[in-house]
Amino acid sequence: MKSGVVVFPGSNRERDMLIALEKITGKKPAYIWHADTELPDLDLVVLCGGFSYGDYLRTGAIAARGHIMPAIARAAGKGVRVLGICNGFQILCEAGLLPGVLMRNAGLKFVCKEVKLQVANADTDFTRKYRPGEIWRCPVAHGDGNYFADTETLKRLEGEGRVGLRYAEGTNPNGSLNDIAGILNERGNVFGMMPHPENMIEPLNGATDGRALFESIMEAVA
Amino acid sequence: MIPNDTRITPELVAEHGLKPDEYQRILDLIGREPTLTELGIFSAMWNEHCSYKSSKKWLRTLPTTGPRVICGPGENAGVVDIGDGQAIIFKMESHNHPSYIEPHQGAATGVGGILRDVFTMGARPIAALNALRFGEPDHPRTRHIVSGVVAGIGGYGNSFGVPTVGGEVNFDPSYNGNCLVNAFAAGLADADKIFYSQAKGVGLPIVYLGSKTGRDGIHGATMASAEFGEDSEEKRPTVQIGDPFSEKLLLEACLELMASGAVIAIQDMGAAGLTCSAVEMGAKGDLGVELDLDKVPCREAGMTAYEMMLSESQERMLMVLDPAREKDAEAIFRKWGLDFAIIGKTTDDLRFRIKQHGEVMADLPIKELGDQAPEYDRPFVKAAKPAPLAPSDVPAPNDIAEVLTKMLGLPDMCSRRWVWEQYDHLIQGNTAIGPGGDAAVVRIGDGPKGLAFTLDVTPRYCAADPQEGGKQAVAECWRNLTAVGAEPLAITDNLNFGNPEKPEIMGQFVGCIEGIGEACRALDFPVVSGNVSLYNETNGKGILPTPAIGAVGLLPDIAVRTTIAFKAAGEAIILVGETKGHLGQSIYLRDIARIANDRSAPPPVDLAVERRNGDFIRTEIRGGNLTAVHDLSDGGALVAVAEMAMAGGIGAALAPQTALPLHVWAFAEDQARYAVTLPESSATAFLERAAKAGVPATRIGTTGGAELTLEGAKPISLKLLRDVHEGWLPAYMAAGAEL
Repeated sequence: MKSGVVVFPGSNRERDMLIALEKITGKKPAYIWHADTELPDLDLVVLCGGFSYGDYLRTGAIAARGHIMPAIARAAGKGVRVLGICNGFQILCEAGLLPGVLMRNAGLKFVCKEVKLQVANADTDFTRKYRPGEIWRCPVAHGDGNYFADTETLKRLEGEGRVGLRYAEGTNPNGSLNDIAGILNERGNVFGMMPHPENMIEPLNGATDGRALFESIMEAVA
Repeated sequence: MIPNDTRITPELVAEHGLKPDEYQRILDLIGREPTLTELGIFSAMWNEHCSYKSSKKWLRTLPTTGPRVICGPGENAGVVDIGDGQAIIFKMESHNHPSYIEPHQGAATGVGGILRDVFTMGARPIAALNALRFGEPDHPRTRHIVSGVVAGIGGYGNSFGVPTVGGEVNFDPSYNGNCLVNAFAAGLADADKIFYSQAKGVGLPIVYLGSKTGRDGIHGATMASAEFGEDSEEKRPTVQIGDPFSEKLLLEACLELMASGAVIAIQDMGAAGLTCSAVEMGAKGDLGVELDLDKVPCREAGMTAYEMMLSESQERMLMVLDPAREKDAEAIFRKWGLDFAIIGKTTDDLRFRIKQHGEVMADLPIKELGDQAPEYDRPFVKAAKPAPLAPSDVPAPNDIAEVLTKMLGLPDMCSRRWVWEQYDHLIQGNTAIGPGGDAAVVRIGDGPKGLAFTLDVTPRYCAADPQEGGKQAVAECWRNLTAVGAEPLAITDNLNFGNPEKPEIMGQFVGCIEGIGEACRALDFPVVSGNVSLYNETNGKGILPTPAIGAVGLLPDIAVRTTIAFKAAGEAIILVGETKGHLGQSIYLRDIARIANDRSAPPPVDLAVERRNGDFIRTEIRGGNLTAVHDLSDGGALVAVAEMAMAGGIGAALAPQTALPLHVWAFAEDQARYAVTLPESSATAFLERAAKAGVPATRIGTTGGAELTLEGAKPISLKLLRDVHEGWLPAYMAAGAEL
């Protein structure tokens, strides 16, 4: 799988993601600079975690209007898989590539801890290597992960199976509606999630539960 | 002739924190009345924070060298060789006064400053820790300060992208008007690519990098060198504002620039900003420095030379560049969207010359600005050595189980989860042991090596006996590193004390330094960097002497490490080290028996025993023999076992064989002790090896069940212990939200 990680000023989990992708796919991912206007030929574009532009306006709002974003929207339109983790998820929402918005955590504090995720739909390009309903361990680290969408949108997301992951067993760390941890676009090739599967890929991390997410994408594009 | 528009009055001199005799020294040195800008420069260079004028004499007595030490104190941070061509660069620094005045920004910029110290030397930060000390929980300001400081540290470190993996939090009335925020950072670099501040070469460009200069933080270092009174709130404008986003860009740009080979010397602008960094680079390189302030990127129009030289705006760097590489360097900074300006040059006349609008605003001898700062041999009085407390003097409680439960929920003993869950402790993906253990462990790159980090000091021990307290702080750090399986390498010290002009405070300082030095020598644990914070007083009352120690250890193979958590039921629990029953200055005495004005001696530290027991434990860990290890400290043996049980979710039954009364055995704080577990089948062999090594070790119980049972006391459910232990801090902070 040819993958690439988009780096904005203030991105800070780009190294985590680059290393995770290389460890799992066996191929060095491309480092994509925000000021570029074209993407290389890729199977997967990742928008990584961090505080792009300091999150100083609204999380992800400035990056969503960055030079590279039109190219990402075009790629998504052609069916290229796009994965947004944490700040990447926030950017995808701000860019209109995913519906809804990520608000300040309900507890009003940054939270870094391990949560349980349940696979709400195992029939997606991002979750197919998990069992339906499987519960897995994954860390979160964010201040603005409280997913919100209007009732109509929420109904559509649920009805169309576009909620890929939910916080499980009472571990919702941020007050997200319907315990939503990760959602898909209509076409099913763009996925955003707040937790960090790239930090759960080897025994040192305490578990390897995050690997299946990347392996799902590898299988989907194979 | 230098224009001198402002007459220098004795009042103006005093406002700059300079004593009359210090001002006379300036007059003698330059042979004329200084300009206002020059007075500002002197006050910045000669305050306690920058000049170490009260502490220098004593700091020189500390051991700072060793086979692994690449660079000791005097640079931005200490550098230690960790083999394979790699080095760990680390330092701890206080941001006490600013954090009390403006908790969020004060703490945030403390983190920013220490991170900059580390990456200025060419290292990518891989771990941050912090030692926090707050006033008593009931004090009206405490909750506000806790909340602001924690949010400030998290807000900065999380955005910058360094894992905050550990630290300590304490509460004590002596910090009511003067909290302590000591921030530690460590970074990884190639041992042959370390960058220093010493400028080399005449006529080379001096480049300003990073954020623009504003009016924030003017005289911050002078403020930090004064006591607080009722007016501390009015000092808010002297606190800087942090911008972690710019710092992250500065990190990436600096590391890219360093890799390009264009950097000759580099110094971050910390305390006293442009003044201190420029003087340091020139003076270290035996060069003069000439700056043209018209070239300095400014945030606001109309800033005076005085303001620009004393601004402590954050996220700024000064570099001497290879002129041939100027264009490449500028391109790198432009790429990261940062300011880049050539603001001056090195000269051969050893003058520090500042120009603005074509006029000379300051012209001072650069070497003397640093070297000729006053140095004091302050008079000191050492308190009499306290007498040890006889175990029989401490009455037994009615119910040991109840005492333990209460103890685990004390402000100083409860879980700090509420704090560290607000810190990203997982970023970079290398955190092997996060907050909550004896020491944090971070993998180096792809492994197999790892580094262990810990911060520690027990201020109540230091108050009772500064020398033993100083020894204990170092010894406990050494023990914490040992308990995870690391080889202790070196320390950084952050010495927080009251007003050194008082002989009894100076006596505390001298005693603690002597103790620290003694322990460092005995344990081959050199001091490679540090910071002194004096005048931690409010309305004439000083804080507890708090020489916080930050320590780093090395694990050759990160797979071989131990944590405090019980791993399985049915394992043997063994206490290593001798329990003589020292209850003096213990948590039990202070918070449970509530002995007012406890004047007893803290537990003595026998450094030879410390070393013998620790070396034995480390050998056992590296041999893969132990399943859990926890060092015994605050609260004693029973607290340690309870913490191991809570961490592992497995209970224990304890039946210690001891001649001591049970409460004395349970809560004594004797040093050089560890609790360990191992499979039942290997317990006898372990005890034999301990005996052979001359290390006292006794079987005290067995893991298992969902309760903690001490023979002769009521069983306590783990759930209850956990609820109490995890409950206090969140409940305390939530209660504030309702007010």
